[in-house]
Amino acid sequence: MALDDRKTDFKFVGTRPDRPDGLDKVTGRAKFGADMYAPGMLHGAILRSPHAHARIVKIDTSKAEALKDVKAVVTRADFSDEVEFKPGLEGEFWNVLENVMAGEKALYDGHAVAAVAATSALAARDALKLIEVEYEVLPHVTDVDKAMEPDAPVIREGAADYSVPEGMHPNVVRYHESGHGDVEAGFAEADLVIEDHFDTEATHQGYIEPHACLAMLGNDGKGELWCCTQGHWIVQKTCAALLGIETSQLRVTASEIGGGFGGKTTVFIEPVALALSRKANRPVKLVMSRSEVFRATGPTASASMDVKIGMKKDGTITAAQGVFRLQGGAFPGAPGDFTAMCAFAPYNLTNVRQVGYDVMTNRPKQAAYRAPGAPMGAFAVESVIDELCNQLGLDPIDVRLKNAAREGTKASYGPRYPRIGLVETLEAAKAHPHYSAPLKPGQGRGISCGFWFNHGGETSVSLALSEDGSAQVMVGTPDIGGSRASMALMAAEVLGIPYENIRVTVADTATLGYNDVSHGSRVTYASGLATIKAAQNAVEKLCERAAAKWGIPVDAVKWENGCAVPSGPNAGDFDPLPIAEITADMGRTGGPISGHFEATPEGAGVSFGTHIVDAEVDRETGKTTITRYTVIQDAGKAIHPTYVEGQFQGGAAQGIGWALNEEYIYGEDGRLQNAVFLDYRIPVASDLPMIDTVIVEVPNPGHPFGVRGVGETGIVPPLAAIANAVSNAAGVRMRQLPMSPPRVLAALKGDG
Amino acid sequence: MSKIHVTTTVNGDEVDFLCDPRETLLDCLRDRLNLTGAKEGCGTGDCGACSVTLDGRLVCSCLVLGVEAEGKEIGTVEGIADGDVLHPLQKKFIEYAALQCGVCTPGILVAAKALLEKNPDPTEEEVRYWLAGNLCRCTGYDKIIRAVMDTAAELREAV
Repeated sequence: MALDDRKTDFKFVGTRPDRPDGLDKVTGRAKFGADMYAPGMLHGAILRSPHAHARIVKIDTSKAEALKDVKAVVTRADFSDEVEFKPGLEGEFWNVLENVMAGEKALYDGHAVAAVAATSALAARDALKLIEVEYEVLPHVTDVDKAMEPDAPVIREGAADYSVPEGMHPNVVRYHESGHGDVEAGFAEADLVIEDHFDTEATHQGYIEPHACLAMLGNDGKGELWCCTQGHWIVQKTCAALLGIETSQLRVTASEIGGGFGGKTTVFIEPVALALSRKANRPVKLVMSRSEVFRATGPTASASMDVKIGMKKDGTITAAQGVFRLQGGAFPGAPGDFTAMCAFAPYNLTNVRQVGYDVMTNRPKQAAYRAPGAPMGAFAVESVIDELCNQLGLDPIDVRLKNAAREGTKASYGPRYPRIGLVETLEAAKAHPHYSAPLKPGQGRGISCGFWFNHGGETSVSLALSEDGSAQVMVGTPDIGGSRASMALMAAEVLGIPYENIRVTVADTATLGYNDVSHGSRVTYASGLATIKAAQNAVEKLCERAAAKWGIPVDAVKWENGCAVPSGPNAGDFDPLPIAEITADMGRTGGPISGHFEATPEGAGVSFGTHIVDAEVDRETGKTTITRYTVIQDAGKAIHPTYVEGQFQGGAAQGIGWALNEEYIYGEDGRLQNAVFLDYRIPVASDLPMIDTVIVEVPNPGHPFGVRGVGETGIVPPLAAIANAVSNAAGVRMRQLPMSPPRVLAALKGDG
Repeated sequence: MSKIHVTTTVNGDEVDFLCDPRETLLDCLRDRLNLTGAKEGCGTGDCGACSVTLDGRLVCSCLVLGVEAEGKEIGTVEGIADGDVLHPLQKKFIEYAALQCGVCTPGILVAAKALLEKNPDPTEEEVRYWLAGNLCRCTGYDKIIRAVMDTAAELREAV
């Protein structure tokens, strides 16, 4: 799209109206995954392995089946046997099937091995105790570095794909290498080279709503599924494959979703509920407990990383190199490639080389978590840059500005950037009062930049006009942060009718074409673009009706403020024809007026942010307090600025948790030690300060209104920014997350 | 296991239900009385999504047994609005965008209302500590705290 096609004067976009689902959500009316009931409904429950790695010798379900309250018991035998195993991610359906119901082996603590459906939730839970599973316990490994050692237990032979070099341990299943220039020559030019090792632990997305669904499947192969998901079409096609039914015969409706952050982009319980329903021939509701969520749903990957950067005395980076090993549980999919590609993406580098490993261990299958892979790499890279700045006596923002990627820069991962907004975020950070505010004793300040690709993805939107001139918009991307408001604003902008006259619905899989998941920060970009195009499609038809009424050519009609008007003095002298007058007659003038758009938009527009953090370290207890936090990020164009701020704040808060508290803790027995919110502590209100935001707007050339996705970039800088603040406050470089009080205390004592 | 008959008052209405003695008050509200506003986020009293009032006291309904509701007065998110008139907290939460996914919102509204009834002029720190038992993963709490503080100010002016 040519730059001058892009709209810059807005009437609705950029305003802050109430969200359309606000009333439902403050009155308790909104229906989330667990809020649906059906006549004759059964309750499901899942039996899970207590072992990190064990061969399943035998499962005896006879005692459970004998209970009169139990209506169905399923194991792996109740799923499709046609799902094919393939290496890496090529056979992802097989990986998902193996994850939702174990086959020959239990691969992690919490791995599903059987499930029951009974007349009540209590009866289902009681029945699980009667299922007898005989295990042959196998050696296990949960640490990424240990999983790569020659004597590590093999999780699954043959899981490695073509990308893995010969001679690597079978647990290394995917390999990525990229970059350009000559890093050795670059390091030789440097005045100072720092190489360091960093580790991050796995964290959970921590959505407050556990996975929940209500499933109905008959042996005629027709089904209905209600579930909380970030994408019901992927649920539809995955469940259909796993159950051996036709995709179109399964209708999936997305409930309101109580948080996802990437963790609800796949299925866990949905195929199990469908299998139970098919066997019992009754609806089955399945709701996970919190400990099931922790033990068996997607934590993010943990990481072990080595980063080496060379810098001249003036701050110029001469070379950068990183090795990123990511552990993604008992299946391929850890985003070592994304970590590698994002790590150095903010910088204009002559010499850069990055390597990423995807490594399997006996842990739950990792799932996407907000900019998957990027925060870990940024932690390592931005920590080394901070240390270089400290040792060379340079200002951390000036150094980043000096090396910042701009329009035309060849990205570390390959392409040349179109118009991007990194420099603008850095300049805004430098000018922000936070950056020059004095620090108190015991406090330190940290800076970090962050990058995320953003994503387009397959998208369908349908818009229908009603006889009174109001509009209904059907989108297929579940609303995970106020996107219905943004869609309505964009449709209002094109149609020229009030925001309130537009109702946006998240359509089910039977009423709209395919839509990718709400992920990759794609919704406001891609569903927004599709909404604009669908509205423009409807406007074309409105103009045709006006032209026919006036008896003039359609190109002599234009659309302005919700009315058809003659395009100029030569077109004729007609009063503006409001939308409601056209739609009132539409049955007689050619039939219903709708707009559609289906495409896979490719111009998502990459996103950058810069964060400023002040942290205070208690030298007696090792406890860190975040005293001030400012997020500066390029939104391209903020459609609903309040919800853009909300994304920035939410990303920062999750980053604070990751940096300071959150971690998966495994015992020597390979069991997860902290599978409740009391022990896996996400930030609470009293842990956090207000989080200031600055919305930078450098329009994305790939969107009609300039939108860039904003959801994910906000979690990329916090780990590093906080680590830099804590390191500067403590006077010791922090190389391992989370920076929990014992770790900080150990670092202060010099044994960390 | 035989069920127990419980008579109680929910949002001013007298109701009764039969429940298994092991069922929580949260289960009974949701599964027996169709009041699904209170949510189960953890089942261990850590997330506050199931917050209700029991004889005026803020509790996690996942930590109360259904049978304990006998003869008590329960307040849930469904009872916060007065007919079609929203409580000022509800209005401010929409205005401030103090929710993203909204699953924690029922519990936070119940808890915030209980705070303002006890302390009409809380400091930011008091609001943060009072709501420390209500987890929100979306917002970073910023807009929630502002909405509660602004509601408190508005309610003080109205007196």
